[in-house]
Formats: sequence, structure tokens, C-alpha cells
Amino acid sequence: MYVAVKGGEAAIDNAHRLLAHARRGDPAIPEISPEQIGGQLKLAADRVMAEGSLYDRDLAALAIKQARGDLVEAIFLVRAYRTTLPRFGYSEPVDTAAMAVERRISATYKDLPGGQVLGPTFDYTHRLIDFLLAAGATPPEPAEAAAGEGEPMARVTDLLDGEDLIEREVAPDGDMPVGDLTREPLDFPAERDLRLQALARGDEGFLLALGYSTQRGYGRTHPFVGEVRYGEVAVEFVPEELGFAVPLGTIDVTECQMINQFKGSAEVPPQFTRGYGLVFGQSERKAMAMSLVDRALRARDFGEEVTAPAQDEEFVLAHCDNVQATGFVEHLKLPHYVDFQAELDLVRRMRAEYAARRGEASEMKEAAE
Amino acid sequence: MTAVGPGEIHPADDDREIAARQAVMAVSAAARREELDSVLAALAPLPEASDLRRPETGLVMTRGRAGGDGAPFNLGEATVTRAAVRIAEGGRTVNGFAYHLGRDAARARAAAVIDALWQLPGRRQAVEAALAPVHERLTAERETAARRTAATRVNFFTMIRGED
Repeated sequence: MYVAVKGGEAAIDNAHRLLAHARRGDPAIPEISPEQIGGQLKLAADRVMAEGSLYDRDLAALAIKQARGDLVEAIFLVRAYRTTLPRFGYSEPVDTAAMAVERRISATYKDLPGGQVLGPTFDYTHRLIDFLLAAGATPPEPAEAAAGEGEPMARVTDLLDGEDLIEREVAPDGDMPVGDLTREPLDFPAERDLRLQALARGDEGFLLALGYSTQRGYGRTHPFVGEVRYGEVAVEFVPEELGFAVPLGTIDVTECQMINQFKGSAEVPPQFTRGYGLVFGQSERKAMAMSLVDRALRARDFGEEVTAPAQDEEFVLAHCDNVQATGFVEHLKLPHYVDFQAELDLVRRMRAEYAARRGEASEMKEAAE
Repeated sequence: MTAVGPGEIHPADDDREIAARQAVMAVSAAARREELDSVLAALAPLPEASDLRRPETGLVMTRGRAGGDGAPFNLGEATVTRAAVRIAEGGRTVNGFAYHLGRDAARARAAAVIDALWQLPGRRQAVEAALAPVHERLTAERETAARRTAATRVNFFTMIRGED
């Protein structure tokens, strides 16, 4: 229970002035610009876009500046901003097979069509602090090689399709409604469209831990990274007044196709099953964690026993949103004076009763002696 | 090619018309604001464009597909700015539209004017010529990015161990 408390306005104003001062830091050091954050701390902005569930790098960068680098706070700011804007509609589904690929790797096929390109990756770096960066060294120009005709990079999951060794996705025909948790509150059981939406905007750390838990045996799925790709995809939108798809521009996304161990039934021969991850920006960790958790949450589809947290959709979906989570955890610091007074009264009464019982007991003991 | 009488619209021509318009829109959507301003400057003098709808920023919910090719799901929103203008010239009135990722109202309005001008037969060629440098920049950047990515291609070789 909250009770309006008067007072503290001057303290709050001054606290916010102090915050602005602390945000700026040492005035002798040049102020950071949102362009610098978006360009040089790009992966931080990507995370804010993904979990803020709003693709707008400039806005994410500004939010990071405002939040002093606190990414969950920045995500909160972005979520609040989106509520001020009207919704024009829904895009056409992006075609990740047509991605302008900057990175594409597979752990299941060495020589998959289109090949493997590493792109800008931390993989194979030695994770030694690079003091040259502190000195402000100019990096060398990137190497170039003939891009060739650009052999199309087919989805890894299509490679074995002729043999049906991997579960196929089925696109429903026509205009099947697509669940949108920004429109209707999440209800359980939730179908895969809603689960994927929730996971795509879910907290990276939470999903990483859950994905990890499936690897350690809490809902094991025997995963292989069929493919991870990162790059630009075109977004198209069909405005009512035009009636054809208008290209809105391109967005950066990371996609993970996880291939998991077999399922089969009396009707279907054994085949690999799949988990899927797709996130705004460049975040392999998030896309991979998402695909692990997506597969774990498909337990119901495959008649698997739900025994682990990662398989429990209510547990996962109700707790993966860091804006909701931070709201409920951090609300504990709001005034609970009346609540606490009531609890204080209660514990005093209980102690009085306890003391009374003790007194009676010792009187009876004396009497017995 | 089938002859098309005056006033008749052949469906295939219609499709081609839409595809060409989409291509122009895609260049505008990827262009910088200054580039679109230069395009309009190159096309001057311009007829006056009235706002059918004042430029407005809103949201489009982007979608993906489960597994890349399965059932659609909502991936997350994107800021989108739209503009709609009307232009009358040479006895014709056309409506131009723009929908762009981001929040740049001036850029969207410039693109809407370009879309309208492109629909005027007498201006189409000039609009495409004015957009050509933007298209060239985008192509060059895309090619550079592709060459840099290609330099990170992994060429596996198998080491032969033991005999045979």
C-alpha cells in the first residue's frame, strides 16, 4: 500500500540537478555525443534497441547518454518513448535469406553453400586489454578480397530439406493473426509467435543464463549452431493508401538457427528439431541464447516432460522482460511506511503474546516445582 | 510486346511501374537528407508541393518468421517518419509519399516530393538522373562492405594425418 507523502520536492529537484552534473563528469574532458555512442559503442546501442524493442540507433545512443551508460535504464527510457508515438502498422516479415551478410558461420557444415565469413568478431581475439586503444591509435584499413558473384547464402536448414532430416517450418497461408504482446497482455499458454516476440525483447542476461542451464542438463536439447548470420535486411511496409510494399530502409539483425536432437513419432520418422533466434543489431550471444530457450519452450509441441525452468513458459516469459523486472524489484525502495508500520505492530503483538506464553509457562513450571 | 491503347493500363506495365517506383523509393530511403536536398535543388524550378499529410513520426512493428521461413512473429518496433505531398504541374496532379526508418521529417518530406515528381512523365528521367549519384554512392559502399566481408572468408583445408 502506498500513501501520498508530501515534501521532498526541493530535495528531488536538487537530486536531479546533481544527477545532471554527475552525468557530465569532469568538465575538463570533452562531452560525449550520441553520435559517438551510436558509432563507437554500437553494441551497447544495439542491446538497447533489441531490449527496448525499438529500432532507432540515434535514440538508443541518446538514451545511453541520458542513463549514464546504465543500459537497463536506457532500455526503460526507450520503452517509455515508444508509448508517445502512433502505430502505423506492421511490416512485411523480413527475409533473412536475402540478408546483406557481414558475418555467417556454421558449426554443422564446414563447406556450406555461400561459405563462412567471420566479419567483425571478437572470436579468436586473445582478450588481452589493448592499451593502444587508450593511446588513440588509428586502425589499419580493412583488408579486401573479391566478393565474387556472391553465391547466395541459403539457410542452413534448407540444405538437408530434400531428406527431411531437419524439421521444416510451415508458413501459414494468408492472414493468420500474429500475436502482439504490446497490444494484449501475455496469456498462458502462449503460442510460439508470442514467445518469440517476448524472447526477442527479453533480457540478454536472463536468457543467457536459461540457455546455459539447458546445456548443463536442465532441459537438455543437444544443440548445434546450424548457422549464425549478421547483416542488413530490408524492411517493407504496405501503407493502405498505396497498396504496395514501400521500402522503409534497412535494419541490422542477428539470426541463429539452432539444430537440436531428434524427435519422431509413430507418424513422423526421427528428425532434428529447431530453435530460432532473431534480434535487432549485432548480438550473437543474445540470438544464440534466444534460440536455445525457444527450443526448450517447445517442449509442449514435442510432448517432452516439463521439468526445468527453461521449459516453463510462464516462468520464462513472465520474468524475461527487464523493464518489468526492474520496475517490480526497484519499487521496493518507494515509501512503504504504512505497510511497514502495520508489520511493526504485528511483530510487536506477536512478541507480546510470545512473552506472555513464556511467562505463563515459567509460572506453571514454578508451581509444579 | 502487346500494344496498349491510350488510357488502357496493362497489368504487367502496372507491375513494372510499381517496381520502378519502389526502386526510387528505396534509393530515397537510403539517402542522407543533404543528398535529397541536392536532388531537389538539381530539379529546380519546382512546382509548389502542398502537404496532404504533415510529416509525422510513428512506429511500424517489424516482423520476422520463425526459423526464417515459418510463421510470422513480431520482432520489435522501428521509428518511421512519413510524409505525403500533392503537386500539380502541366495539367496533372500527383500525390507523393514517403515512409522512412528514423525520425527525420525534412528527409521524408523531400522524398515525398521526389516520389511525386517521378510520377510526372516529363520529369521522370530528370529525377532518376538526379538520384543517380546517390545510387552510385550506395552501390559503392555496398561493394566495399562486401569486399571487406569477403576478406574474412574462411578457406578450410584438411590436414592429412598418418598414412593414406
